[in-house]
Amino acid sequence: MPTTLDQASTKTRKPRSVPGPMEMISRSLAVFRKDLTCEFRTRYAINAILLFAVTTLFAVSFSIGGVGLSPSVQASLLWLIIYFSALSGLSRSFVREEESHTASALRLSAAPGAVFGGKLIFNIVLLFMLELVIIPLFVGMMNLQVNGWPLFLAIMVSGSAGLAVASTVVAAVVSRANAKGALFAVLSFPILLPLLIVAISGTKAALSGAGFASGADDLKLLISYTGIMFVVSLILFRFVWED
Amino acid sequence: MRDVICGVSLVLDSGRLVVTGRNGSGKSTLLRIIAGLVTPTAGEVVFTEDGAELSIDARRDALGLVAPDLTLYDELSAIENLRFFCRVRGLRKSDNELKSLLAGLGLRDREDDPIGSYSSGMRQRAKYAFALAHNPEVLLLDEPTANLDQSGIDAVDRVITEHRGIVIIATNEADELRYGDSVLELGA
Repeated sequence: MPTTLDQASTKTRKPRSVPGPMEMISRSLAVFRKDLTCEFRTRYAINAILLFAVTTLFAVSFSIGGVGLSPSVQASLLWLIIYFSALSGLSRSFVREEESHTASALRLSAAPGAVFGGKLIFNIVLLFMLELVIIPLFVGMMNLQVNGWPLFLAIMVSGSAGLAVASTVVAAVVSRANAKGALFAVLSFPILLPLLIVAISGTKAALSGAGFASGADDLKLLISYTGIMFVVSLILFRFVWED
Repeated sequence: MRDVICGVSLVLDSGRLVVTGRNGSGKSTLLRIIAGLVTPTAGEVVFTEDGAELSIDARRDALGLVAPDLTLYDELSAIENLRFFCRVRGLRKSDNELKSLLAGLGLRDREDDPIGSYSSGMRQRAKYAFALAHNPEVLLLDEPTANLDQSGIDAVDRVITEHRGIVIIATNEADELRYGDSVLELGA
């Protein structure tokens, strides 16, 4: 073995400076890429989410899919499937760090903002991947008639982003608890209920073809919810992660 | 709740300190407190540089920890782990630098294998690579030679003796007291 271990680690020394926004984004993307690589090599969260979503969708479809459902029922079913699928998998990003004892290494290396950013991007991507599978299946199996695609897509994107932001910070809170699964559901429900109600209302407007303006208020509420939740989470996350 | 560590007051500016004591005396807890992974119920740990106190973020870059309960990502190879931890620290290290570090720890042949396929001794070597990759001023080593064979122990000897900052070692092994310029016995 070479006798220059210390020299090997001293060739580049990082200056002590506060990372700027672009540097924080770059570090968040590093956390995201790491999570994505680990996920594709284990497929734990993807399998959990997809299995739950597809099973639920098939169960609902075979029982009531042939019946002409009103837009409000269809919108409710779609969001309930997305919501419960998210609950089954989105907490994994933090829980896995604690259960595999990698959280200490991450705490020692990464700024809290980078960890939160990376986990959030990962959860958003995971949720969008779920929706890419679920929405076409839902359209086909539940005879979903979307009469306002722009509004429908805008509601889905903003609602999913809000769902991901809230789930990410709640996952961080529960990751060090014993009964993680139960606690995640219990804590998430009151936080996500307003989002679900607005998302269902906006989706119903999109399905019934009432026009973009009729769902604009719901869309504004969803974007506001997501923005507020993001800023509050970013502020609180350091205390959740480090204490 | 019981008090684990009471009345410990230390000022270190260089050198090697060995912390020893019976099981449960708080050696590992003391290291975790210094690393910032455990918040003490009373007291504080202060890092200074040129007379100024380091921020939490700067303190993170000044520390390297090797501990039994610290694990790298099993799904990633050793080189991928090091790349990731350097990136999240904002370090741009070349693969050659990282490979050189791994080679120095005897992991040259297994650098592309997932950590999950490593033996416990190789995992311990990989932890040293993690702790050294950002060239920290302070090295915290909890049970530094755990699971290592003789060549691993030789590598650890080199790490400790060549390190130019502060090294704090928590151990129960009488043989490892040799690493220290000074010894702190907890629970004595």
